[in-house]
Amino acid sequence: MKQILIIEDESALQKSLGEVLSQEGYNVAAALDGEIGLRLAQNEKPDLILLDLILPKLNGLEVLKKLKEDKTTKEIPVLVLTNLEGLAEIDKVLELGAVSYLVKAQYKLEEVVEKIKNTIDK
Amino acid sequence: MSFRKILKKFNVAGQCQSYGLSLWQCPQFLFLIMGLIIIASTLSAYAIGTKYLGDPFLAALVTIAVTFALFVIAFVIVQSFDKLAEVSRTKSEFISIISHQLRSPLSNLKWAVEILMSGRLGQLADKQTEYFKILKENSSRMHELINDLLTVSRIETAKIPFKKEEFSLREMIESLVSEFRSFAESSNVQIKVLMDDAENPFRIFNDPRQLRQVIENLLDNAVRYIKDKGEVILEIKNYKNRLCLKIIDNGVGIPKADRKYIFQKFFRSESALRHQTEGSGLGLYIAKAIIERLGGKIKFSSQEGRGSTFWITIPMKS
Repeated sequence: MKQILIIEDESALQKSLGEVLSQEGYNVAAALDGEIGLRLAQNEKPDLILLDLILPKLNGLEVLKKLKEDKTTKEIPVLVLTNLEGLAEIDKVLELGAVSYLVKAQYKLEEVVEKIKNTIDK
Repeated sequence: MSFRKILKKFNVAGQCQSYGLSLWQCPQFLFLIMGLIIIASTLSAYAIGTKYLGDPFLAALVTIAVTFALFVIAFVIVQSFDKLAEVSRTKSEFISIISHQLRSPLSNLKWAVEILMSGRLGQLADKQTEYFKILKENSSRMHELINDLLTVSRIETAKIPFKKEEFSLREMIESLVSEFRSFAESSNVQIKVLMDDAENPFRIFNDPRQLRQVIENLLDNAVRYIKDKGEVILEIKNYKNRLCLKIIDNGVGIPKADRKYIFQKFFRSESALRHQTEGSGLGLYIAKAIIERLGGKIKFSSQEGRGSTFWITIPMKS
């Protein structure tokens, strides 16, 4: 069973995404802050990471940078899921190696799940 | 105040940019210009005074006194401008922060309602679906309002993200029209597109995201303010290397008295209020600000009870 790690400080969002992804047959792990998220990613080596940008302790950009610097985690595809939509953030995230940048407010839950499936099953 | 601070104070371009104002609307720049004019007029007054007055000391004294008074007046005026600009900037920043904060709980709400309505957690009774629909529609209305407020605050603080690139206008229009199709059909409105066939794929170089938002706002208004049944025509041409896009509707039209206000923030025409309770009055304000930023113009003509035509022109390559 493929594993997805959700690093997201909004527990409600974590719950709804986790629920749908579990129903779709994925094993879901979750972290509420950047530090735990990074540790989980290094220990569990999930098949995909969903990453928020505004996170306590270690923000999303730092987490992404560290994931891509680490030999053991750099190949894991990262989908950034946030409500920030500045061009500077988008450019930075893609430059650091994220697969794609999704603004939560602009997507339906099913559309996000579809993107996740397309990325993980590639 | 240290010399560095004084220099920083005179970082005119930077300050004006932070207020989102052009140089000729910016207090700091105006103060600098006034200061230079005062110095020049003081020197010439002194030169003239010493030439034509018997006592050069008296001439110097009068000149200094007048200069000082002018400087104080100028400083007070500019300080008050400065305060106004600061208040406006704080207000825009406040809107931006609040809007960002509101987005997260709204996203949570939206996705939770979507799960419930998807039937993933069990089938809903018809009555339940009806009420979940109300929740869904109202949360998306709040989303739209927050997005509009964010755009307004970005316009006012000159932080609206622009990114120009080459894109196919034909593809954009096709996707927009298909997005609007169900909303139009449910309002008994037909959308017709008239585009020059020779222009295929109609490539232009500008900001596709911003242009799309403008067309979306205009199309939304056109469909929304048609009573009972009607037609919206989108006419798109390349006119002397400028994109000319017209949106023609046969809706309720804009009353004569309201026409000069329609591009103002939060303004809602009386005929619009009679016909539709939804809407924030920000769509046209945003459209105008974006089109002008893209180097174009937006205009309209309207006849009450018969419909309106909005047209925009922007450079095909800018």
